[in-house]
Amino acid sequence: MTIAVHVRDLTRKFGEFVAVDHVTFDVPEGEIFGFLGPNGAGKTTTIKMLAGLLAPTSGEGTVTGLDIVRDSEAIKRRIGYMSQAFSLYGDLTVEENIDFFAGLYEVSGPRLAARRDWVLAMAGLERHRTQMAADLPLGWKQRLALGCAVLHEPPILFLDEPTSGVDPVSRRNFWDLIYSLAEKGTTIFVSTHYMEEAEYCHRLALMNRGRLIALDRPAALREQMVEPILELQTSDGPGAARALQGAPGVVEAAMFGRAVHVVVRDAAAATAALPALLTSHGITCGSVTPVRPVLEDVFVALVRREGGAVEG
Amino acid sequence: MPIRLGRLLAVSRKEITQLRRDVRSLLMAFLVPAAMIVFFGYVISFDVKDIKVAVLDQDRTPRSRELVQAFEAAGRFRVTDRLARYDEVEPLLDRGAVRMALVIPPGYEREISSGHAASVQAILDGADANTASIAQNYAGAIVSAYSARLLSVAIPGGSLVVAQPRVWYNEALESPPMIVPGLVATIMMMLSAMLTALTVAREWERGTMEQLAATPVHRVEVILGKLLPYLGIGLIDVAAVVTLGMTVFGVPFRGNPLLFLVMAALFLLGSLGLGIFISAAVKTQLLATQLAMLATYLPSVLLSGLIFDLRSMPWILRAISTVVPARYFVVVLRGVFLKGVGLDVLWPQGLAMIAYAVAGLGLAVRAFRKEIE
Repeated sequence: MTIAVHVRDLTRKFGEFVAVDHVTFDVPEGEIFGFLGPNGAGKTTTIKMLAGLLAPTSGEGTVTGLDIVRDSEAIKRRIGYMSQAFSLYGDLTVEENIDFFAGLYEVSGPRLAARRDWVLAMAGLERHRTQMAADLPLGWKQRLALGCAVLHEPPILFLDEPTSGVDPVSRRNFWDLIYSLAEKGTTIFVSTHYMEEAEYCHRLALMNRGRLIALDRPAALREQMVEPILELQTSDGPGAARALQGAPGVVEAAMFGRAVHVVVRDAAAATAALPALLTSHGITCGSVTPVRPVLEDVFVALVRREGGAVEG
Repeated sequence: MPIRLGRLLAVSRKEITQLRRDVRSLLMAFLVPAAMIVFFGYVISFDVKDIKVAVLDQDRTPRSRELVQAFEAAGRFRVTDRLARYDEVEPLLDRGAVRMALVIPPGYEREISSGHAASVQAILDGADANTASIAQNYAGAIVSAYSARLLSVAIPGGSLVVAQPRVWYNEALESPPMIVPGLVATIMMMLSAMLTALTVAREWERGTMEQLAATPVHRVEVILGKLLPYLGIGLIDVAAVVTLGMTVFGVPFRGNPLLFLVMAALFLLGSLGLGIFISAAVKTQLLATQLAMLATYLPSVLLSGLIFDLRSMPWILRAISTVVPARYFVVVLRGVFLKGVGLDVLWPQGLAMIAYAVAGLGLAVRAFRKEIE
């Protein structure tokens, strides 16, 4: 198995602030590698260092075997990069944006024509090629940005929160595109703060406050949760979470949508005890159901185990 | 990393497409220089014509009337008031109604006839020192010419030394030939720095720099690619401004057009580079345009020799002026337009133009970073 991205003790400081703190991991070729964590966890900084946009303070890394400090410009020819904010040219049309980036990646002649058509079809923008990029809906902009990042058919793609702010349907569409690229052998390095998106990744790196706190397949991460989880429907979610925090037999209580997820030591005992406890706080408890842990539970548990609070 | 022409041209093409849609920049690029040359060409004028004069003739003789006529005939002066008393002079000068008062004392003709020197008085409004000194010179010249004529009549067969001054390059000593060629330097420098001041800062402000920096494009390709369209615009502007100078202001063009073109292109490259340098260094469009304006307009007007003679400045300003590129280009412009001289005379300025182009581009490339924090 060939290693596409190799990182050892990668660190970046901004003054006193340590944005990325001794991060170490490897990404094999062809993997969809997810970077999960709240805003400010260091995901973007790590991606920028790997994409040759930012020099590390210390540590080392290679991308397709090229050194991220010495060969950063050579790396740029072999990767695609899509930044968090829309950063194509709003005052150029869809096609002009494609042609411009094709020029920078030295895609020309018949290959350009073929790639342009492929990108337009992939992004579903065939009928919008003369529209100004600024006028496109956000979901379409993101697909165009993805298209511009893969014009030169790079073996590795870095996507920094590509779906942030995009509606769920567009997000699903976008992930279909990521899958189809991965099927053709592209290594995908993608960051997100949407937990449900993280489930789509082959492997996940969980980051918090600049540190890598876990790295495994999503299913394996969920199995790390040995304690059972109960989902409570209550009349007052935030109140219930506060009341249950630190109660006997409760490891962790956190809001989960409108429900409350409670990590407990013993499911049977807690199922019996918790409704009464809530009633004593004036909160009605509708139902108590044991649930399978989702990544969010894992993330909260891991951060707690590290002795810190989730930031962001 | 080698420089690739394809990537450079992709940047140029993109820049042209964006420029075509940017009305504000287009107006600035094509209307401002023409408007400036016409505006400045008319406004900056050192010609003193039509000087209003009050005459107090206390002699009232044929000889005194002859002198007044000599003033009227010279063409520069216009007698607007004929006064009867000396105390009428002061209010006229106070109000600025006249620039000069000519006082011919009683006994003027008698003095001349008896073979003595007669004096007349010229009182000048020195509030505008420039006009006053020019009027003074004109008045002096008229009086000397008049006395020479008197002498030649009085001493038949006698000979006199008469200076026959002749002014080269700008025979009539008019302002446009002096000002217009030099103005080309100011306009070109300001305009090119302003235009490019926007281009890099705009990429930072709109966030497009991040995607650009993530591509393999070399920074030299970005700088030159952005510069190329503006060099084209700059050369078109130069041609337009020169044509206007020749047609509207009748400024001659006596030198070699090719030499002028090369010098202008070098000067443009330096100024465009300077604009990109400022833009890349400050990263916001507003600050970049203000700095570009300050860094180009003031020195190229004040310290270039365009309006104010550098030789009469204190040494510190003279020292600063040696690094003002417009100073050298003004010499080139006057040399090419008015004197028709070539590289045999202008080679030091040519070297200065090359140094400026290299420095401008060098600064631009150094300041441009492909790093995103």
